[in-house]
Amino acid sequence: MSGTPHIDMLRSPLGRARGLGSARAGSHHWWAQRLTAVALVPLTLWFIFSVIHLSGASHDRVIDWMSSPWTLAPMLALIVATFHHLQLGLQVVIEDYVHEERLKVPSIMLVKGLSVILALVCIVSVLKIGL
Amino acid sequence: MRDVRDALMVARDSNGKLVRRPMSPHLQVYRWPISMALSILHRVSGVALGVGTLMLTWWLVAAASADDVFDRAQWFMGSALGLLLLFGWSVALIFHFFSGIRHLFWDAGHGFDAPAYNTTGWAVVIATGVCSVLVWVVGLAVW
Repeated sequence: MSGTPHIDMLRSPLGRARGLGSARAGSHHWWAQRLTAVALVPLTLWFIFSVIHLSGASHDRVIDWMSSPWTLAPMLALIVATFHHLQLGLQVVIEDYVHEERLKVPSIMLVKGLSVILALVCIVSVLKIGL
Repeated sequence: MRDVRDALMVARDSNGKLVRRPMSPHLQVYRWPISMALSILHRVSGVALGVGTLMLTWWLVAAASADDVFDRAQWFMGSALGLLLLFGWSVALIFHFFSGIRHLFWDAGHGFDAPAYNTTGWAVVIATGVCSVLVWVVGLAVW
């Protein structure tokens, strides 16, 4: 076989025949998940150190800490990256295990909607303290 | 025979009789190698952290509310149930963190051969254990 000329294709002949395949959005999803993962490496470390630093802290101290732009900015970045990464990941989990279209699509909508709402609640709370 | 895949499962044995082909042993038959366990654990910890964001949201909302609301949230975090949830959440976070870095190295094309992924797999487990203990020892000392 090695000597015969051939074309390497990632798409299977069956996939080609069925006319199904990438909607050209798959690589963006993959890339966004990696990008948020990389961003979350330093942000998570910062967050863990902050939580340890604040364990048992009074309300005033937490407000004081959150009021600094040096806290507010990474906190907002953490919230956006976390919830974006979360909804991308949960979407893949649902797509892998839920095969019934009538259940799959609403589940993904619900997960994405909840992620957006929770992210907004977090952002508003943090801004309310910090601004 | 409704499914075309079923057609491929039927064959003749050496006597010429039609038989169903034997199935390959399924997932639960195998001894779990470390790579398999960590793969599903990465997913499980990710979903658990998703649920855990509810706790983060609650804490931030409480911090943006009046003193008594915040104090109630702080009290819960310090209760037995709160500490248990925080412990589970922190272990899931630390594991997902290290396991995620392992995934990023794979994405960059490194560490695919068996000795490498076994070593890095155990490294993730050990790092998770050590860092979880460290975080809680330091955290409770500061408390």
